Amino acid sequence: MTSVTHDETHFAPPAEVGEVELYHPKTFIGRYIWSQDAKVIAVQYAITAIGIGLVALVLSLIMRLQLGFPHAFSFINPSNYLQFITMHGMIMVIYLLTALFLGGFGNYLIPLMVGARDMVFPYVNMVSYWVYLFAVLLLVASFFVPGGPTGAGWTLYPPQAILDGTPGANWGIVLMLVSLAFFIIGFTMGGLNYVVTVLQARTRGMTLMRLPLTVWGIFMATILALLAFPALFVSAIMMTLDQTLGTSFFMPAVVSRGEQLPYNGGSPILFQHLFWFFGHPEVYIVALPAFGIVSDLISVNARKNIFGYRMMVWAILAIGGLSFMVWAHHMYVSGMNPYFGFFFATTTLIIAVPTALKVYNWVLTLWKGNIHLTVPMLFAIGFVFTFINGGLTGLFLGNVPVDIPLSGTMFVVAHFHMVMAVSPVLVVFGAIYHWYPKITGRMLNDTLGKFHFWVTFLGTYAIYYPMHYLGFLGVPRRYYAMGSNVAIPESAQTLNEAITIAALAVGAIQLVFIYNLIWSYFKGKPAGGNPWRATTLEWQTPETPPKHGNFGATLPIVYRWAYDYSVPGAAEDFIPQNQPPSRKAEGTLEKTLDAADLGAQKPGPLGARTPIGKKP
Amino acid sequence: MAVVVWWLVRPTLNVKPWVEQRPVENVDGRGVLPLSPVKVGLGVFLAVATSLFALLISAYHMRMMGADWTTLPLPKVLWLNTGLLILSGVAMQWTRGAAQRGQIDGVRTGLIAAGVFTFSFLAGQLWAWQQLNASGYFVATDPATAFFYLLTALHGLHLLGGMWVWARATVRVLRGVELGKVRLSVELCTVYWHYLLLVWLVLFAVLLHTHT
Repeated sequence: MTSVTHDETHFAPPAEVGEVELYHPKTFIGRYIWSQDAKVIAVQYAITAIGIGLVALVLSLIMRLQLGFPHAFSFINPSNYLQFITMHGMIMVIYLLTALFLGGFGNYLIPLMVGARDMVFPYVNMVSYWVYLFAVLLLVASFFVPGGPTGAGWTLYPPQAILDGTPGANWGIVLMLVSLAFFIIGFTMGGLNYVVTVLQARTRGMTLMRLPLTVWGIFMATILALLAFPALFVSAIMMTLDQTLGTSFFMPAVVSRGEQLPYNGGSPILFQHLFWFFGHPEVYIVALPAFGIVSDLISVNARKNIFGYRMMVWAILAIGGLSFMVWAHHMYVSGMNPYFGFFFATTTLIIAVPTALKVYNWVLTLWKGNIHLTVPMLFAIGFVFTFINGGLTGLFLGNVPVDIPLSGTMFVVAHFHMVMAVSPVLVVFGAIYHWYPKITGRMLNDTLGKFHFWVTFLGTYAIYYPMHYLGFLGVPRRYYAMGSNVAIPESAQTLNEAITIAALAVGAIQLVFIYNLIWSYFKGKPAGGNPWRATTLEWQTPETPPKHGNFGATLPIVYRWAYDYSVPGAAEDFIPQNQPPSRKAEGTLEKTLDAADLGAQKPGPLGARTPIGKKP
Repeated sequence: MAVVVWWLVRPTLNVKPWVEQRPVENVDGRGVLPLSPVKVGLGVFLAVATSLFALLISAYHMRMMGADWTTLPLPKVLWLNTGLLILSGVAMQWTRGAAQRGQIDGVRTGLIAAGVFTFSFLAGQLWAWQQLNASGYFVATDPATAFFYLLTALHGLHLLGGMWVWARATVRVLRGVELGKVRLSVELCTVYWHYLLLVWLVLFAVLLHTHT
């Protein structure tokens, strides 16, 4: 890369608008249905994902009803309880969180934040959404086929996933696998866009190290997804062949209901390796965008630059790399060579280091910040709490001897819901409250938002804290009913009832959120272009909501990083990324260290910081 | 993977953005790589495909440890097919040369030749399937056969995907569009063909290594 040195008063000419090959729709259908505009595609992704996510939410509430009040509801039987578990897990992890973070926020924010007019391959981007929708429809279809959806658990372990006796072992599992394959094909189309747009389509001056952390998080998560999803793709194809053509990739010799099945010699463990080679990076596919978004929410609302930006970027890269080396910690109970287990326990603990680094940096960003407790900020801080809680129990479960007794219990359910369900969902909410004004031009209602936050935040603690304790008591997960036994005290059932009541409250409050989304779209307070007084490029668009093409006639030029908040001497407490360093007349080459203009080099709120590497 | 990312961002990862005041590093508006977005897109896709085939090969090796593993008599026609795929790669490379020299006639001949060789390869693969079928090796007969069908099918499907781009370029050349409009397609096809040749050579080596 050629090094071009400019002094502070140099004005680069505006980025030239070449022939912008944007597709310009004429009709309503062209604009909102078959749209190639990343922002519309983002909203399509988000609505689809939230829609199917609500289905999964209802499924979880039905499960809670059964656990809290066993046998009180006749429409829940052991077989469809398993189906609800399976569909809840699969929908939430893949069809909601992955699709919403990458397809939804990725599509909306990447082009705007890097200063591009659109994704680099808009047509492929559009196809990506429609393939995703098709995958969702296939998944929904499995509720209506003979035998219903698969009840194999979201991990779909063979052999039981395709044996008679497991619900949905014929139609359900095949539809699930085919739906996953389509999801992956659709995602790959979108993912190519996200990666190449970040690499190649940034506007002038937007170096990689000036990218907002949101973009870094989504970028790295996309790379993880692109490389990890093939493992799920391969296992989906191989299991489909096992089920339909009778191959024995994963199926060992099985006697089912007194009958020797034609399978022979396949390896269920092979499936587990493939599945978790995808499955563990999947945790970070969901977590990294959340990390990125939360960094930006905290920085904006603490009116302070993010602490340790470079460290944050490196941590994202390190987590991404390490996430491919920890997958077998999901398989301790499958039996493995002790040295193998030792290796994966070690890598699992090592990945806590960059993760903890990020947590420290969020907390240090809050330190002495000018904290505005807006709704997005509440959700961001809520995320930090929840993520620490979930992460700490992860340290327990990462160790083989602790994991083995706990892995069949509710403790694991509590752990992974804290760390990869509640935490990312809190970020999803925070991000929606934060960017909704840009998407619609109107603010979400603040009072309803705070109500939504407190009930959700406290409610999830009421659900998952006691669940850890249930796990210690030995309450098994995946069970339809505990039955009568001597090992678990009666009080466990009382606790289960309390958890169910909290879950119903948290479920109900989401209706308030949906109501807020719809009400504010029509009646919300007009937001203006930059209601949070943020620095990043998406807030500097000429129109709100931004038009197709994002930035009007000329693309913005970026002069600074994304975190110039509370710069001493600056006129405002934020300096947009596209604000030139000096407003002196063009052609003047006089160098200036005027505080107002070179604020980024001045001591931050934490005290004196010498501008390193700055030529006098 | 991490190495690739590291290599990509190495030149820019070490800057301190909070003291950096130079307005623009990439003044000419280039991305990380001095390539068109489509080529970078192809590169990223090749990474995805590499992940897919690498995982398949490791699954193959893990499955080989099973007690029921029997080796498969590979059809001889695969050697012929390998030759055909090499020829199609050579033809693509030659087409790319012609496109760079600006010879539209050469591009036309080259594209057609590459297409013929590729179709012959695919037909040859189907023939290999036919031979296996005829000698009683069906997809569910034993794991080695199942993997053989799976690996060749996925490789063939990737090649068919490439044929779609090839077909569009060829139709445009036959209709007589100017060379500039197909040069990029030719370059992309060339890279993709070389990649799939490499994948096939690796797959073939793995299969040869484990056959009777």
